[in-house]
Amino acid sequence: MADEAPIELKDEVADLAPFDPTKKKKKKKVLVQDPADEAVDKVAEKTENLAVGDSLESSFAGMKKKKKKPVETDFLNEEHGDGGEDHDGDRISEDGEGEGIDLSQYPWEGSDRDYSYEELLGRVFNILRENNPELAGDRRRTVMRPPQVLREGTKKTVFVNFMDLCKTMHRQPEHVMTFLLAEMGTSGSLDGQQRLVVKGRFAPKNFEGILRRYVNEYVICNGCKSPDTILSKENRLFFLRCEQCGCARSVAPIKAGFVARVGRRKAGT
Amino acid sequence: MAFVGDLDPFAEANAEDSGAGSKDYVHIRTQQRNGRKSLTTVQGLKKEFSYNKILKDLKKEFCCNGTVVQDPELGQVIQLQGDQRKNVSTFLVQAGIVKKDHIKIHGF
Repeated sequence: MADEAPIELKDEVADLAPFDPTKKKKKKKVLVQDPADEAVDKVAEKTENLAVGDSLESSFAGMKKKKKKPVETDFLNEEHGDGGEDHDGDRISEDGEGEGIDLSQYPWEGSDRDYSYEELLGRVFNILRENNPELAGDRRRTVMRPPQVLREGTKKTVFVNFMDLCKTMHRQPEHVMTFLLAEMGTSGSLDGQQRLVVKGRFAPKNFEGILRRYVNEYVICNGCKSPDTILSKENRLFFLRCEQCGCARSVAPIKAGFVARVGRRKAGT
Repeated sequence: MAFVGDLDPFAEANAEDSGAGSKDYVHIRTQQRNGRKSLTTVQGLKKEFSYNKILKDLKKEFCCNGTVVQDPELGQVIQLQGDQRKNVSTFLVQAGIVKKDHIKIHGF
């Protein structure tokens, strides 16, 4: 469970995509399409079989494909020629309606076999997606932009879009800053243009790793994995309250820990 | 999340008594020095261990120098030259000094 979140985040950051939900959708759809593509002719056979009703034994492995394919085949076939952008867009809309409304597309239609769990589950989700999309499983993911980092002189690093990232996470910049500085074991401050200036040389990758850890610890809700949370301080303890599912948990305060003395020592000590 | 407490309600309190620092975590940090040099600090090992012996083995293992520094708040802290975070954590786990989930690696 806990492992899912960082990986998810990784894709997002690696994508370099600004906040653009349509792009995500497309990517997903393309992935779905691939197996369907190669198996188009197979599907035709399969659907026929189902219509005849000789597949009383429900093979769970195939179920998922069977459920989807009957709908996809027809417009896959017509749209094979013109691939590309609008093709994907069309399919998103057709996908939802086609399966939900046209009931004769269901594999158990016309045969007297029992419905399998997988099929019914798929049906429920299609209806759900059709009526109120935000409740269905594939909620829109928030994309965080990769940190932009400049070098100021040779010994300082400027984190340019620090404020943007704080805003997307809905966190106080001070809180994020203390976390970053504690993790990197350096000192730093916000400059006039609200950029973060950190002492030391750091690559964007380093910031990314720390931010990822920050998100896991102080942003993501443990229950539902949504980043839509609020961090509040209640009598000296930090609490994370989820806006989606309403669950709350306490989070550890940020501690700097031991910081070794680096550099020249003063004559006094 | 909600069931964290029901294993042993006093686990944390006991740990806090015996272990150094809060929650018995061993923190391994890295810090930048001048140029591309860095140093690694190991904080929060149990007080029963002989820090000097651990340090000696660490130094021998990773071929680096190091020292034990006394911190007024955190007790003794091991410092090593270079970024040895991975090495230190694997070493401590293999030697059975700390359990894997009690190690926290900080830094980038």
